[in-house]
Amino acid sequence: MCAMRPEPGHESGAAQPGSWKAVLTPEEIRRALSRIAHEILERTHGGEGVVLLGIPTRGVYLARRLAERIGEFEGTPAPYGSLDVTMHRDDLRLRPARPLRRTEVPPDGVDGKTVVLVDDVLFSGRTVRAALDALNDLGRPRAVQLAVLVDRGHRELPIRADYVGKNLPTAQREVVRVLLTEKDGEDSVLLGERDQ
Amino acid sequence: MSEQWLIRGVTVAGGAVGAMDVHLAGGDIAGVGTDLAAPGARVLDARGLVALPGLVDLHTHLREPGSEDAETVETGTRAAALGGYVAVHAMANTEPVADTAGVVEQIWRLGQQAGYADVRPVGAVTVGRHGKQLAELGAMADCPAAVRVFSDDGDCVADPLLMRRALEYVKAFGGVISQHAQEPRLTEGAQLNEGEVASRLGLAGWPAAAEEAIIARDCLLAAHTGSRLHVCHVSTAGSVEIVRWAKSKGWQVTAEVTPHHLLLTDDLAAGYDTVFKVNPPLRTRADVDALRRGLAEGTIDCVATDHAPHPVEAKETEWAAAANGMTGLETALRAVQAAMVDTGLLDWAGVADRMSQRPAAIGRLSGHGQPIAPGAPANLTLYDPAAPAEAVDPTTHASKSRNSPFAGMALPGRVHATFLRGTATVLDGKVTR
Amino acid sequence: MNRHLISAADLSRDEAILILDTTAELASAAGRPIRKLPTLRGLTVVNCFYEDSTRTRTSFEAAAKRLSADVINFSAKGSSVAKGESLKDTALTLEAMGTDAVIIRHSASGAAHTLARWVTGSVVNAGDGTHEHPTQALLDAFTMRQRLSGGERGLGLDGVRVTIVGDVLHSRVARSNVLLLSTLGAEVTLVAPPTLMPYAVETWPCKVSYDLDTELRKTDVVMMLRVQQERMSAAYFPSVREYRRRYGLDAGRMALLPDHAIVMHPGPMNRGVEIAAEVADSPRSTIVAQVSNGVIVRMAVLYLLLGGAGEGARA
Repeated sequence: MCAMRPEPGHESGAAQPGSWKAVLTPEEIRRALSRIAHEILERTHGGEGVVLLGIPTRGVYLARRLAERIGEFEGTPAPYGSLDVTMHRDDLRLRPARPLRRTEVPPDGVDGKTVVLVDDVLFSGRTVRAALDALNDLGRPRAVQLAVLVDRGHRELPIRADYVGKNLPTAQREVVRVLLTEKDGEDSVLLGERDQ
Repeated sequence: MSEQWLIRGVTVAGGAVGAMDVHLAGGDIAGVGTDLAAPGARVLDARGLVALPGLVDLHTHLREPGSEDAETVETGTRAAALGGYVAVHAMANTEPVADTAGVVEQIWRLGQQAGYADVRPVGAVTVGRHGKQLAELGAMADCPAAVRVFSDDGDCVADPLLMRRALEYVKAFGGVISQHAQEPRLTEGAQLNEGEVASRLGLAGWPAAAEEAIIARDCLLAAHTGSRLHVCHVSTAGSVEIVRWAKSKGWQVTAEVTPHHLLLTDDLAAGYDTVFKVNPPLRTRADVDALRRGLAEGTIDCVATDHAPHPVEAKETEWAAAANGMTGLETALRAVQAAMVDTGLLDWAGVADRMSQRPAAIGRLSGHGQPIAPGAPANLTLYDPAAPAEAVDPTTHASKSRNSPFAGMALPGRVHATFLRGTATVLDGKVTR
Repeated sequence: MNRHLISAADLSRDEAILILDTTAELASAAGRPIRKLPTLRGLTVVNCFYEDSTRTRTSFEAAAKRLSADVINFSAKGSSVAKGESLKDTALTLEAMGTDAVIIRHSASGAAHTLARWVTGSVVNAGDGTHEHPTQALLDAFTMRQRLSGGERGLGLDGVRVTIVGDVLHSRVARSNVLLLSTLGAEVTLVAPPTLMPYAVETWPCKVSYDLDTELRKTDVVMMLRVQQERMSAAYFPSVREYRRRYGLDAGRMALLPDHAIVMHPGPMNRGVEIAAEVADSPRSTIVAQVSNGVIVRMAVLYLLLGGAGEGARA
């Protein structure tokens, strides 16, 4: 069936740039995540009713790291899980059908909770819009917030992040790649030019 | 009124070695030799061509009366002429069935009027081809159509007693029963050769034994009654062996094979393309090889097209609902060249024997199948074996129907000209009128 | 054939596992308050059922609707088909209506192939004669994976021993299952009286046995096929009693199974013929799960065929 193809792991950029520039070191990433964890605790009265849902793939690792940081600070880790947005994307017909990722919701669900969506890069905002729709199918949170490691601008929808690791102004044609130890063997955020 | 022709530089199949001239005059072959003079004759440059005695088909479906949407006597015989045929035996499964002198005479006259080839109607063995009661075989033999070949083709004369009676009865007028060998109980709902392909495709199987069992039975009956038996469209290796055995006993058994059974196998049905649906079904590679060997050694006496035209709507359906049959008149000689001559199994003398001499003898067709020699009627096929192999395009065929299994396949050769009693029906690959 | 699902042989191992994994994801969605997904919104799926089958048709209908596709049911009874309209004309009508996918069930083997020649959308074979029923094989494989290996993602059915019992000769479910199971690495054994074994079955990727009791002792899955009583008049077996005695799965035979083994049946069942009522209702039986898995598997198939920019999807 060529209408679909099993993908080893999709990247958000298409072409491979000629050269990458590191814009966040592992140390900077660690500090940014700690800061975000603190900010979440501040704004949610100590993490009460907070559920972290990472958007696959790398958002999920980030959500787990944040949940563990919160656990270090408060004693108990925050509930976390994953939310696959594939079925709610608005650009499905532009590419062959994508494989679905895992959706795992913690046992207490999302009703009445403060859901913090976690993703690695915030760009057009369409992924987050799809995540809001997917979240709608799971239940009715009290509030939804968004945490991202990198905000690279160029929003196409009225969407903004509540917690940002780093604001990174970019050109449209540039590609941002986030590497995480869990998947890529190292922590890094890279910026590159798209090859013509 | 026949024309006068001087055919220059042709190779006569089965004749003397080297290029010959053949002179046609007054409807006969006036002379065969080198550097013939024939003032007033039209000259045909036949260098590189092979001359065969006009081809005779023992098995064709012209569909008229009754299914004129598929073919008529006129369009069918036009197709026959383009295939190099000068005489065709038209099978009896028309509507009404050709089981009376009246119907066969009508078909015979239609053939005469069209004028492209001699039409010898085949008479049904049983009334309505229902297999219950003998038709008036004698009346059909005595009428101007002079029927000698009788067949319920499309259906088998399954009742052994009836088959015995039929074999005996036609001895009185030199007739022959041409049996469509298919045991009905073993082939109820059958769709494709019973084998690996049918099993995978979920199509009800058509066992080889259903054909072989009837042939064996009929050979024994023919021996017992001292009659002639002709077997239609032999399709399995086992059938070839049975015919070989019967002939070794000296029994008067003859057999035919179709061009498609010499080339095509059941795996072509894998996409459920109904152009490959035919009765008897396409079989395996081993069967194709046995049929070729059988034809080469003469166990199988002749090639008969079983030309079976069908309108588009009869074939453009799911497999089970599609009609059985393939067209074949216009591609027969090319298919035989590909299967038998180019593979070294048969030479052109052999082709002349299997496609003209023996079918004419079996059908008791005087005036046909005679060697190309002075005095013989001028029934001739001029064929170009060296013509570049071209993909078969049924949309260019003279037949009304397009169900050719060779569509898109490259076949060698080309019929250049066909002469019926000295008159050219086909010249340069086109009908003359 | 890439934009269609007509035979289980159309699927590579990776593609088959992708369908199973996608099904697993969709299965978790099935328990949620809102089970409907917007993915196929704006697309038209037509159920073209020339053979009566409420169960399979409603399964496909539910699957398409849960993906927000528009569903049109076109059944043979009382339609132009019953009045003799040909498959070709039906195809032309579907094309004119703008159909993205046709689900076809037909009594003639090869009908799905034939229809696929005349439509630009995707064709899903819901059972053609005695040829194939690929979505049934997929839901069967998913059920096996769910019950035997906890539904773990990325796995096939390697080394799983499956015994299929019954009228294999006339069974499109058996054909699709043999193909798919061998693609997924399972070991398949067919058990039936010789008259109900397909000719040339020795060329199939499976073993053959006439002895049910021996096979039951060493199988992980036993799949019972429905046997039609009409087969008796065509001399496939002498009597229902003899068939049941030699090839029926009753409580006594069920006790021969290894502890973990499961009993499957594609339905509809002939209780008391090929399968005893107490077996069908036992905890080993996955018959009910097969039905609910059927909807989700068909959602996965429709998503993967239509949910992206495939050859068949409309822009």
